[in-house]
Amino acid sequence: MGAVVGTLTMQIKQRRPSTDTADDDMEMTMASHRPEGLNQLEAQTNFSKGELQVLYRGFKNECPSGIVNEETFKQIYSQFFPHGGKEREHACAYLSLSLCSFYPAFFSSPADASTYAHYLFNAFDTAHSGSIKFEEFVAALSILLKGSVTEKLQWTFNLYDINRDGYISKDEMTDIVRAIYDMMGKYTYPVLKTDAPKQHVDAFFQKMDKNRDGVVTLDEFILSCQEDENIMRSLELFENVI
Amino acid sequence: MAAGVATWLPFARAAAVGWLPLAKKTMPKPPVDSSSRSDEILYVNVSGVRFQTWKNTLDRYPDTLLGSSEKEFFYNEDTQEYFFDRDPEMFRHILNFYRTGKLHYPRHECIQAFDEELAFYGIVPEIIGDCCMEEYRDRKKENQERLAEDTEANELTDAPLPPHSTPRERLWRAFENPHTSTMALVFYYVTGFFIAVSVIANVVETVPCRPPKGSVKDLPCGQKYELAFFCMDTACVLIFTFEYLMRLFAAPSRCKFMRSVMSVIDVVAIMPYYIGLVMPENEDVSGAFVTLRVFRVFRIFKFSRHSQGLRILGYTLKSCASELGFLLFSLTMAIIIFATVMFYAEKGTKSSSFTSIPASFWYTIVTMTTLGYGDMVPKTIAGKIFGSICSLSGVLVIALPVPVIVSNFSRIYHQNQRADKMRAQQKVRLARIRMAKKGTVNAFFQYKEDRVLGDRDSDCTALCVKNRSAFEHQHHHLLHCLEKTTNHEFTDEMTYSELCMTESVGFRTSRSTSLSSQQGATGCCPRRARRRAAMRLANSTVSVSRGSIQELDTLHIKPTSIPQQTRSSLNAQAGDLKLNCGEHDFTAAIISTPTPPANTPDESLPPSPAPIPGILRNTRATAYTHDTFKISSL
Repeated sequence: MGAVVGTLTMQIKQRRPSTDTADDDMEMTMASHRPEGLNQLEAQTNFSKGELQVLYRGFKNECPSGIVNEETFKQIYSQFFPHGGKEREHACAYLSLSLCSFYPAFFSSPADASTYAHYLFNAFDTAHSGSIKFEEFVAALSILLKGSVTEKLQWTFNLYDINRDGYISKDEMTDIVRAIYDMMGKYTYPVLKTDAPKQHVDAFFQKMDKNRDGVVTLDEFILSCQEDENIMRSLELFENVI
Repeated sequence: MAAGVATWLPFARAAAVGWLPLAKKTMPKPPVDSSSRSDEILYVNVSGVRFQTWKNTLDRYPDTLLGSSEKEFFYNEDTQEYFFDRDPEMFRHILNFYRTGKLHYPRHECIQAFDEELAFYGIVPEIIGDCCMEEYRDRKKENQERLAEDTEANELTDAPLPPHSTPRERLWRAFENPHTSTMALVFYYVTGFFIAVSVIANVVETVPCRPPKGSVKDLPCGQKYELAFFCMDTACVLIFTFEYLMRLFAAPSRCKFMRSVMSVIDVVAIMPYYIGLVMPENEDVSGAFVTLRVFRVFRIFKFSRHSQGLRILGYTLKSCASELGFLLFSLTMAIIIFATVMFYAEKGTKSSSFTSIPASFWYTIVTMTTLGYGDMVPKTIAGKIFGSICSLSGVLVIALPVPVIVSNFSRIYHQNQRADKMRAQQKVRLARIRMAKKGTVNAFFQYKEDRVLGDRDSDCTALCVKNRSAFEHQHHHLLHCLEKTTNHEFTDEMTYSELCMTESVGFRTSRSTSLSSQQGATGCCPRRARRRAAMRLANSTVSVSRGSIQELDTLHIKPTSIPQQTRSSLNAQAGDLKLNCGEHDFTAAIISTPTPPANTPDESLPPSPAPIPGILRNTRATAYTHDTFKISSL
């Protein structure tokens, strides 16, 4: 009887490698990517050589293959917003320890940063290739950290414009706002009401949609942001990140 | 994903720009980062091997030594690098942890060394990556088991009797450890002998003897010499009962003792006799009585107290319980399957011996274990086919768990061997330590002599001090200061014990040794003589002072353990040891000095009140601030 059982298990084992090799082939085709030279990147972005070096070293350490796909991107971003859902299992213990000190109340809340991360990914992936290469990464960072106000606002407009049609509709804005609220999780003060995103959107849409045509164009967006002093001031906040 | 949080934080913060237009309130001010953001290469020199890494790499884990400002303590200004006097091989792994976020455990390294390195660098071992975690845990568990065994072995065999041992404790110790006293050893062998006698009697009882006159049939010897066997049985049972009761009396925890395996075996071994005595010669219960006699064979298990091999076997079986259980379970499954199949295969044939499925169990067991008695044989072709499959698979099923059990047994057996070897080496170690101790004592006396000589003749000092390091000088000076503080002097054990012996009154035992005059020319003999006279009471109740003083050096291993064979008189020294040492971990020899320990109220001791000995000890101990010196000289 032992022989019978043994042969059965052998059969099962033999069947598995065939699927494995298929996966292996797929992974092999996702070749690693090397960025362009340092000088070119320096010319294209607002970073100095030293800053690019630091950025690349970190990037390469985390993603040795040189590219970031959406899953990895979501995981990375989710690490900063302690949350439940599927991301939680991937967060490493040490990381959550260090983050615990920052967000103790959030630690057990079932928040979800993956939606917003998805939109972010699409904003970073300007070539729409499904993965972010180092150049795209650096280009976006260059705009966000060292770009002019107009460039930053343009980038933000691109982020909000989910379908890339040049207009931000109310639905798109609602999606974005809901994604942002999702990152907060359940345990907030005051308690998050279900229509809070909608109310938030209504308020801001009114402010931004100048001609009341139901969509916000790039010019309307930039104009309304420039009128708001708070936004202008806060755009300078993140200049010294690198 | 490696924990490179720091790497991605700038990106997350930059991405926050996306929230800004939607913000309801104003954003808080960002933290001011005054430290220079430019990355620099740090040089880390570990015992000559130079490592270089980015500062950012080390900053990834701010809770560790290298990631925090603690490393500044190791910074060498002259060479502009961080110097660590540690193992460079291990440091490689530590640094890799910073680089990759995963800590790996090198398999060829000793687990304790690795742990120490981790502790030094402030890294928690739980971070070890999954790839190496299992190996690490296994090794760690093995190591801890080994240490526990060693301490247990040390405590058990060479553990000294506590000075205040009641007869009960002594009795228990004698039972557990027969080698401690001759009485215990004698008792041990006597019980062993009687166990053997009892078992042999049980066996011989059933051998057929020549029938007595007037009868034709062979009688078992048990019936022929019934009285003789009964007497022998009674004697054995008496001894066993006595032993059991003694153990029960001496056991520190009676409930625990009664629940232990050996005690159960003891009870089962002697119960049948008493039940047989009590029970009437009734026809109905004689069957049960016969069954009870079977239990007498359990006496053979009593041998496990005498044989370590048996104990190991028992322990192995216990630890392999899961494998044995699996073996049993799989065998049962196989038996049931094959028995069913064989029964139905052989159902048709007439005069088939496979009358039912349970009847087929016997055939299956005999076939699977390849016994093959041949009392049940399949006759149909189908039966024969299934029978052959049965025998082939039997071999496999039995062969599977056996290696596991064997390896377990081998591991436990080797551990035991190791324990025995360690015990043997312990004696050698003690001897070596004693020699080292003598060396240091002599060094100190030499120092004192030199000082005295030096006082008289300044030329000598230069010559005399040539062979001593600065450390030794300072150490000896320290001891000298202590002497001056307390107005007592150090001496060696021989002098002390000799003086004790020769001058004490009414001491019980003495091992006379020649009085050595190695006392250092300090010229304070009168003072000493006075002290020694008062000190004679030290040994008025000391019976093995020599041994106890000598064994005091074992204290260096475990300062909390009491010296071996100390009798009540030396309790003071032990008590003082605790006073003086506290929780210090002495690592070297110990010198004891002659002082008047407060042992027994003896009229010869001038300022001695006569309180209860126990209290006396402690009070006297504090009265003479350093009654007994326990010094560690390295």
